[in-house]
Amino acid sequence: MTVNINKTISEIKHLSRKLPSVINLMEVCGTHTMSIGKNGIRQLLPENINLISGPGCPVCVTGINEIDQIIELSSLKDIVIFTFGDMLKVPGSKTTLFRQKATGSAIKMCYSPNESLKYAMDNPDKKVVFLAIGFETTAPLTAAVIKNAEKNNINNFYIYNLHKTVPSAVFFLLDKDKKLNLDAFICPGHVCAITGSRPFDFISDKFKKPAVITGFTPYDILESVLIILKQILSDNPETVIQYTLAVREEGNIFARNLINEVFENQSSYWRGIGIIEDSGLSLKSRYMSFNAKKVFNINTIDTKEPRYCDCGKILLGEKKPFDCRLFAGKCTPENPVGPCMVSSEGTCAAYYKYERLSKNDPGKR
Amino acid sequence: MIQVKDNTSKFNDDQILISHGDGGAKTGELIKNLIFNFLGNSILEKMEDSAVLKINSDKIAFTTDSFVVKPIFFSGGDIGKLSICGTLNDISCSGAKPLYLSLSFIIEEGFQTKELAKILKSMKSVLDEVSVPVVTGDTKVVEKNNIDKIFINTSGVGAVPPGLEISPLNIKPKDKIIINGSIADHGISVLTSRENFGFKGIKSDCAPLSIMIEEVLKTGSGIHAIRDATRGGLASVLNEFSEISNYQFKIYEELIPVNKKVYAICEFLGLDPLYIANEGKMVLFVDPKDANQVLATLKNNRYGRNSVIIGEVENTRDSVVIMKTKIGTNRIIDRFYSEQLPRIC
Repeated sequence: MTVNINKTISEIKHLSRKLPSVINLMEVCGTHTMSIGKNGIRQLLPENINLISGPGCPVCVTGINEIDQIIELSSLKDIVIFTFGDMLKVPGSKTTLFRQKATGSAIKMCYSPNESLKYAMDNPDKKVVFLAIGFETTAPLTAAVIKNAEKNNINNFYIYNLHKTVPSAVFFLLDKDKKLNLDAFICPGHVCAITGSRPFDFISDKFKKPAVITGFTPYDILESVLIILKQILSDNPETVIQYTLAVREEGNIFARNLINEVFENQSSYWRGIGIIEDSGLSLKSRYMSFNAKKVFNINTIDTKEPRYCDCGKILLGEKKPFDCRLFAGKCTPENPVGPCMVSSEGTCAAYYKYERLSKNDPGKR
Repeated sequence: MIQVKDNTSKFNDDQILISHGDGGAKTGELIKNLIFNFLGNSILEKMEDSAVLKINSDKIAFTTDSFVVKPIFFSGGDIGKLSICGTLNDISCSGAKPLYLSLSFIIEEGFQTKELAKILKSMKSVLDEVSVPVVTGDTKVVEKNNIDKIFINTSGVGAVPPGLEISPLNIKPKDKIIINGSIADHGISVLTSRENFGFKGIKSDCAPLSIMIEEVLKTGSGIHAIRDATRGGLASVLNEFSEISNYQFKIYEELIPVNKKVYAICEFLGLDPLYIANEGKMVLFVDPKDANQVLATLKNNRYGRNSVIIGEVENTRDSVVIMKTKIGTNRIIDRFYSEQLPRIC
């Protein structure tokens, strides 16, 4: 492996000399962001290859008003909230779920939505709400659990739906926001394991940019950088699968069908970006009785982003965490201000945890 | 905001949160900014695993620990074994030989006697192994639902051999960093012992290490500092010691032993084994000329067979821990941030 890596790195360095200017490669998956940080991939790349972290962390793109609404929901009588751990510490405008828990709200962390359904079945006097968050990777799990709840006539189980889809967001970044200067995409391996590669074909077909569906080891990421480099130099952009271990062109048909049975496309609000058409999944009318927002009639809360927080620009790749005036000062993983610092997959958290030392070394930023 | 003693001491949370008890940064805030305001003194404020006290001309180590692990029985141990090992190991970190323990139970009404007997049996087995008695104790029972089954507190005293001083302040450049085996086994064992978890078969490393440490100290090797890598894992011990000694440490990813299954579960759950708790692992800082002898002695003990040098102290005045990754890059090993894990000790 080390031999392969060294060979790939030297090939990247060799080819990079032929680049006329700096190229910007965007990854749109939190697991990539963390792997790049943790393994110090930037240290291995020449200075004219710039890795930018896009909106790849579902927690980070969840609106602050949604957090406030969930906190309000958690204070209602008999409600029990189940959530993945990352959501607990995301700051709403006043508090977090983590702090809300200390005041007596029933908030439980789970690793799978099945735990929440089981709890609902065992506790019929409680109203159990699962915070359904994530991209195409977690949406099939939510869909399966909803179908299961329907089949078993469970009427005290709900989801607070925050699901989003990745291809529409990438389309938006390429279509609307030309100033970003993105030269290629490192596409999300886990998402594509479900969706397949086809929904990302537009990156090369319409926008003439390389797109490589990538695995998560350092070698995977470096190999994808090399593939992108070759495509750019030969002016032959394509959407290709590097992560052949898990991704097929057509994706996971069973999982896709599950999503399509339970959800339909809808526009969705992405924190820091705004409304993106067709980038959300809403429950089909048949499953509306599982929709916590409708059933509990949660008021829409209008809240402002925290002052000076640059998460929006960081999510778009316009700024790096070091450029934010709050980074590593007022905003740290222990006391996060914005969502990019709190989520374990957030860009700021990755930079804080793994790359603080390169802060004074602009070449490695 | 509570302000006592003076205006500079502040504790910013109006409620106690789970993270105030996880051994990470928030626990530090609670201890330094609230508890020390009322109870601080020169010994307590050293924040060592054991307080080393001078009584006449003798030095004794004194420590206390409470155990609230959930579930109370897990693969490779239970709350009883844990409560004895935890306190024994804390005493050993100061170089002391454990002599006597105290034991307090807080039990929920309705708790099964046979489960209590099972806990006592596993306590006895550890105590027999190290020949340390429980000499005083206390039992309280509270109403149903007022605690979760059973909580245990143990305290212990030990004798520090004359002339011996083990402290992170003694850490020197070029010291070798040694650990007595694979990391993250305890945390992952407890996590996967929960209901509804698909993974099984990870055994906790929970073990009494006092005899192993006595054996190493007897060789007269230059051992500068010892700490058991419990909550917050190996990364937390290294960070604490780097901060206290004000030296930079370097460790090597490929040298750090992680059980393959544990590694796979960590990958799957997005956890980093460096930050996961151990209950049978000591980190030793050793003079480089004695490192091989210490390693050989550790390997002779059943709890040290997989001991290995994982890094060294750099001659740089900076409190930071750097890990050389398998692909040759440098990664900061940062302080521990609260992970959302179940109660592990």
